[in-house]
Amino acid sequence: MTESVVGAQSVWSSARRRLQRDWVTIGAAGVIALIAVVAVLGPLLSPYAYDALDWRHLATAPQSSHWFGTDRLGRDLFVRTLFGVRISLLVGLLATAVSLVIGVVWGSVAGYVGGRADEIMMRFVDVLYSLPYLFIVIIFATVFGGASLTGLFVAIGAVGWLTTARIVRGQTLALKNREFIEAARATGVSTPGILARHVIPNLVGPIAIYATLTIPQMILFESFLSFLGVGVQEPLASLGSLINEGAQEMQSAPWMLVIPAAVLLVLLLCFNAVGDGLRDALDPREERLRTEARQ
Amino acid sequence: MSESSPPDDAVLRLENLSVDFTTDQGEIAAVRGVTLSVKAGECLGIVGESGAGKSQAFMAAMGLLAPNGRARGRATFGSISLLEQRPKELDKVRGLSIGMVFQDPMTSLTPHVTVGDQIAEPLVVHLGLPWKEARLRALALMRRVRMTDPERRMTEFPHELSGGMRQRVMLAIALACQPRLLIADEPTTALDVTVQAQILALLGELKRERAMAMVLITHDLGVIAGVADRVAVMRAGCVVEMNTVDAVFKNPRTPYTKELLAALPKVDEPGPGEMPASAAAVAKEPPLSVSRLSVSFPVRRGLLGKRAELRAVDDVSFELRAGEAVGVVGESGSGKSTLARAVLQLIHPQGGQVVWMGREVAGLSSHQLKPLRRDLQIVFQDPLASLDPRMSVGEAIAEPLLVHRSDLRPGELSAAVMEALRNVGLGSEMATRFPHELSGGQCQRVGIARAMVLKPSVLICDEPVSALDVSVQAQIVALLQNLKRQSGTSLLFVSHNLAVVRRLCDRILVLYMGRMMELAAASQLYTRPRHPYSRALLDAVPVSDPDIQPGRFARSILGEPPSPLAPPSGCVYRTRCPHAIEVCRDQRPSWEPTGAEGEVACHRWREL
Repeated sequence: MTESVVGAQSVWSSARRRLQRDWVTIGAAGVIALIAVVAVLGPLLSPYAYDALDWRHLATAPQSSHWFGTDRLGRDLFVRTLFGVRISLLVGLLATAVSLVIGVVWGSVAGYVGGRADEIMMRFVDVLYSLPYLFIVIIFATVFGGASLTGLFVAIGAVGWLTTARIVRGQTLALKNREFIEAARATGVSTPGILARHVIPNLVGPIAIYATLTIPQMILFESFLSFLGVGVQEPLASLGSLINEGAQEMQSAPWMLVIPAAVLLVLLLCFNAVGDGLRDALDPREERLRTEARQ
Repeated sequence: MSESSPPDDAVLRLENLSVDFTTDQGEIAAVRGVTLSVKAGECLGIVGESGAGKSQAFMAAMGLLAPNGRARGRATFGSISLLEQRPKELDKVRGLSIGMVFQDPMTSLTPHVTVGDQIAEPLVVHLGLPWKEARLRALALMRRVRMTDPERRMTEFPHELSGGMRQRVMLAIALACQPRLLIADEPTTALDVTVQAQILALLGELKRERAMAMVLITHDLGVIAGVADRVAVMRAGCVVEMNTVDAVFKNPRTPYTKELLAALPKVDEPGPGEMPASAAAVAKEPPLSVSRLSVSFPVRRGLLGKRAELRAVDDVSFELRAGEAVGVVGESGSGKSTLARAVLQLIHPQGGQVVWMGREVAGLSSHQLKPLRRDLQIVFQDPLASLDPRMSVGEAIAEPLLVHRSDLRPGELSAAVMEALRNVGLGSEMATRFPHELSGGQCQRVGIARAMVLKPSVLICDEPVSALDVSVQAQIVALLQNLKRQSGTSLLFVSHNLAVVRRLCDRILVLYMGRMMELAAASQLYTRPRHPYSRALLDAVPVSDPDIQPGRFARSILGEPPSPLAPPSGCVYRTRCPHAIEVCRDQRPSWEPTGAEGEVACHRWREL
């Protein structure tokens, strides 16, 4: 399409305008960015490796040489926590991406095509839903090379897309009978064209919101798996496995639990705040309500 | 304003009332210093376009403003100063002494409570009646508002009623406590013309019978002619003219009122369209012809209920000639929108033939249909809903070109979009705007530009103006008229309002419950309708003359269409037809020519 016809002004720019005034969302996004940067750069600056043992400091409380203290084996908890954040963020983002790609395609096709195809596709989703998800994850994790990270991404993503598909299908059904879709059909736009040009762009808002709310869920899910021992394996650490270790030493060395748990909590809170903020900013009804009030 | 010196027995009096809204864009003055009053037994009509502040003035008086709104001035109801009341006391006044009816009866009713209980509730809450007695009174009220079969309706839920019946329920609720003032805010805007006529006639009766004060807010001057005694014309938050209904219609003083009057579609005035089609146009192959078209939908009653068949379009045949405009008219449920969609193959018909540009389209796949689609385009009723909210105006207009004219280079595409915008009277700066930033009329212009950008042979308009203000309606109809003349496009114009169609159409097809009642040249149909249903539709159209209007509504059609799942035997219209005789029940009337340019399906058209 040509530049002269297609203006840069869009729903996104009005959303940005509204976001700029929402300091909670901006603050939360800033905190996430800060944690991410520290998680990436921090271990490079630290003198300790995540799996190096310091025999002189076993299970020491936070101090100047070990900011977050050490664990029972004398590993530096600052570095391990940052590694945990890295893995948790990575799992959260990648698993969400996997679940979005599958879920959006699956859901929008099922919803728009409808009929028999919809029946079959959604029943498949129902069947997967009804299997105990832990079971699926464990199978996937085993199939994809034991406890590798890839296995974990695929496994979590494979379960996560089910909900996305349902949400997208529902939204598509609501869109499908709107007049502008009918107008596109009357014009002769093909089915893939309608999906790509009219259905999915109109789902971007809900999908973006759902994604930001899914990331913390995925992080939590990974933590849960690691807590159970199915997830990331030693000597690698994720926030979940650190909390698991910490929980065992809760009475003798509370910092081992409190610090990673606090980091996880802050991350989750921030992601949820960003998701809420995005929802408010992207929902054009907000603006419409204001214009209606004028009449 | 000089004649509006408030009478002393005013029930409601607004004095210098102003309403402001605080928004992101700063303060917006919705109402600016309105002064008016209504006395008992009088109906005051408030007329103005959307955004004139007509509703907000009364919402402010009732204490129902949105949280960002602020009211100043005085509003007195009897001896009560409304603006100074506390919410709790206001509730009492509102329920007990002031009744309100809004535009959309569906959203104003609670979905899960039976209609009878909703009418009884104010009696229980405000008058302290026991439920049993309240329900009895509710039944009486339902009879009063002329609901058919009130005993059965008592136990029904809002979604089981038609729009007209729901509006009657709203009226019954508003009247339950014998209010001294009734405020009706666009009470008939969402209804068919026939039902509108019934509701307006009912309002007129109630006003006379109960001697209550009534405020009727509407954008349609025609609605006011039959009911109101005095009229206040509002524009941009101010009352620009206030006078008796006669004076406003016959001797309007401000240019704005004259404009509003001129914009009214007139059923009693021939349109420029009523000229015989030129011989050349008739000779050419018709771009669209439909024969014996039937569309039905399977309907299941209940979860495991029987499957029934709803015949939305039943054996309809007509031809759209080159350069001609055909109006398709009928009430909701007459199958006119289904017909439009079936013609476009957006719904697949069960039987009959549809021929586009000489080509039968029934068995074609969507792939085969695609190149043919550029010749048939559609404009929808809801202008905002028919545009993709995520696409700029320019993108929306460019889309048909991208589909059908992939040979265009970006520069040419852009030029074509600009030209399309110009043709519908919009500036090129509109191209970068988004639908939600436009007014309803502007959205509809964009919809038309999008449909016309491919220069189609046939443009199908599905109620393109019924969601718009009357003054904007006139502009859109004029635009369509121009486009038709300039491009020679044939129009199929679907509408429930015969008056709107008159300005535009050469021939009119009247549908009722999916069947053809009459097809006639416009000149003939408006002067000599042959079918009783056509006559009833004509009578239902409000005429902007307070002398003849009140009688017309009373003459208009009675009742509402029967269930489409169980259509009457013989002639489907017989259950509402004042002239029905035995043969109408036994035999389906045949389709008979009435002259050179007309056909009708009625057993008795010769005698009537």
